[in-house]
Amino acid sequence: MAAPVSTITDLSAAMVTAPVPLANWLVIAPVALCITLGAALLMMRGSLRLQAQVAIPGLAGLVLLDAALLAKVVADGPLTMVMGRWLPPFGIAFTVDLFGALMALAAAIAALAGGLFALKDVTESGRRYGFFPFLLLLMAGVSGAFLTGDVFNLYVWFEVLLISSFGMLILGSERGQIDGAMKYAVLNLIGTTLFLISVGIVYAVFGTLNMADIAGKVESVRDTAPLMTLSALLLLAFAMKAAAFPVNFWLPASYHTPRIVVSALFAGLLTKVGVYALIRVMVMLLPIEREQLSLLIAAVGAATIVVGALGALAQDDIRKLLGYVVISGIGNMLVGIALGTPGGLSGAIFYALHSMVLMTALYLLAGQAAALAGGFSLTALGGLYRKSGGFAAFSFILFVAACGLPPFSGFWPKVILVRASIDVGAWWLAAAILIGGFLLTVVFGRVFLLAYWRPATAPQAAVSISWQAGLPLFILTAIVVAFGILPEQLLDMAQAAATGLIDPTAYLQSVFPDGGMP
Amino acid sequence: MEPLFAILVGLFFAAAIYLMLSKFSIRIMLGIAVLGNAVNLLLFTAGRLTREVPPIIAANLDTLPNGAANPLPQALILTAIVISFSFLAFLLVLTYRAYQDIGTDNTDEMRVAEPVDPPLPPMGY
Repeated sequence: MAAPVSTITDLSAAMVTAPVPLANWLVIAPVALCITLGAALLMMRGSLRLQAQVAIPGLAGLVLLDAALLAKVVADGPLTMVMGRWLPPFGIAFTVDLFGALMALAAAIAALAGGLFALKDVTESGRRYGFFPFLLLLMAGVSGAFLTGDVFNLYVWFEVLLISSFGMLILGSERGQIDGAMKYAVLNLIGTTLFLISVGIVYAVFGTLNMADIAGKVESVRDTAPLMTLSALLLLAFAMKAAAFPVNFWLPASYHTPRIVVSALFAGLLTKVGVYALIRVMVMLLPIEREQLSLLIAAVGAATIVVGALGALAQDDIRKLLGYVVISGIGNMLVGIALGTPGGLSGAIFYALHSMVLMTALYLLAGQAAALAGGFSLTALGGLYRKSGGFAAFSFILFVAACGLPPFSGFWPKVILVRASIDVGAWWLAAAILIGGFLLTVVFGRVFLLAYWRPATAPQAAVSISWQAGLPLFILTAIVVAFGILPEQLLDMAQAAATGLIDPTAYLQSVFPDGGMP
Repeated sequence: MEPLFAILVGLFFAAAIYLMLSKFSIRIMLGIAVLGNAVNLLLFTAGRLTREVPPIIAANLDTLPNGAANPLPQALILTAIVISFSFLAFLLVLTYRAYQDIGTDNTDEMRVAEPVDPPLPPMGY
């Protein structure tokens, strides 16, 4: 037997030897908090009161962590932390830039609003089914997807948020929910499987899964690698997640079936994760291929805007109507991605942030309207203005924002997108955005006319708005108003985020500080 | 070896897509099961298929011996297998519950959430 070979290995070539600065732990903190609390809440399934008492402070903590992370990224540029102290690209890297931090913060605010609304809306049986653990695990998946810097890790977070969303979708096991969940689950699973295939191709082509590493290597393999096939697959996979037009049919089939607060969270968060992944991969990693596919993306985006708005026009159930409004908004973001200019991208990013807050608010509003007037059908709703003038005022603000009219936050991204379209001569994209906005104005005008101004058809018992419903609506509406009236700061950040994606030098620098890539 | 596996992967995908195009939910589930395995096999094949070259770095070397299989795709598959297994388990229960509650496994007749003739919004005030 040979004696054991004693070799002293130089670990500094493969591992981070210096201790991680305390501030860098912020990168992983949102995900760690959500997973830990999610697991803890699973163990507290029996104690229903305690669940809410842990989950709400937890979500508030998530908002604070994401805000701190955003402040840190604004001050210092992109941050990287590598798991297990392996040097990138060997370890799984979490890299957060301005784009990811902004999306994570918006998602956390939407989740906090949803959590507050759920205090009243999700009854005892819903809590027993595990609403709060699922919510925290969903947020773990969403935050992870926004913060990770590794393509396979992105796939894993997609699956985490998907399995949590299944649980939330069938909370209550009603017939409609099971029907909707079948379509949602099958189509979303096929979408993520397509993504997994493309992850395999990414590794085969680049020999790495680290996004910064891929962005650095893409020029050298462009002549030989099947990058167009890869881009087309990724586009299809993420378009399915984002509910872009020809592959959007799972959304109106399922989003109106669960509890309203679950619909609100899904509408705010899930499709935007698809858009985020599309921007991250197509703009930052495969810019030339995005350029070649831009006509396709633009056509899909324009069709999604118009089809979504027309679909909304034909609905009687407000929840279904709002589902089509979500789809129409996705079209606007796709137009920004298709343009690919700093203007177009900053418009898409602004729109995604606005849409996260607004769609959550609109669904919560629909839930409160149904509680006040008894039902979701436009035929039956009525008399909401007489019932509560304050509620009608909030609704009016959110409706105006959803139509993209000034002075609220829906106006600015549309202005930027129309301007960016005209700048590159794509007048038909500008026309699609404007037509979509016009159709949505008709949609929401009619909702306001029928549900708010029309007298109630049947006398109803007086219901007051509880603080659990009023507070989240107030927070979200305040955000919509604030960024409508004072958009400069958010505009600047969206612009900086877009520039950071088009020229990811700072992102690469953060992952490979020495500039040397293996 | 790889061309053989490539053909096999193609067959798996063809079978999966054929099954998923069916109207019957149980066939769709079988299609999803086959699809998951097709992807796993694809990743596995992409990571090189070699026998007799263990992916072990010898004491005096820095890199794997030539022709050794890449261990990373296999790690990816392990993750993907666990995920696709748990999803399939969930979907099978969901399909069974859908069959019990809705009383059909024909997706054309699953119209609880989307009725055939949804009411239109009121045309007048």
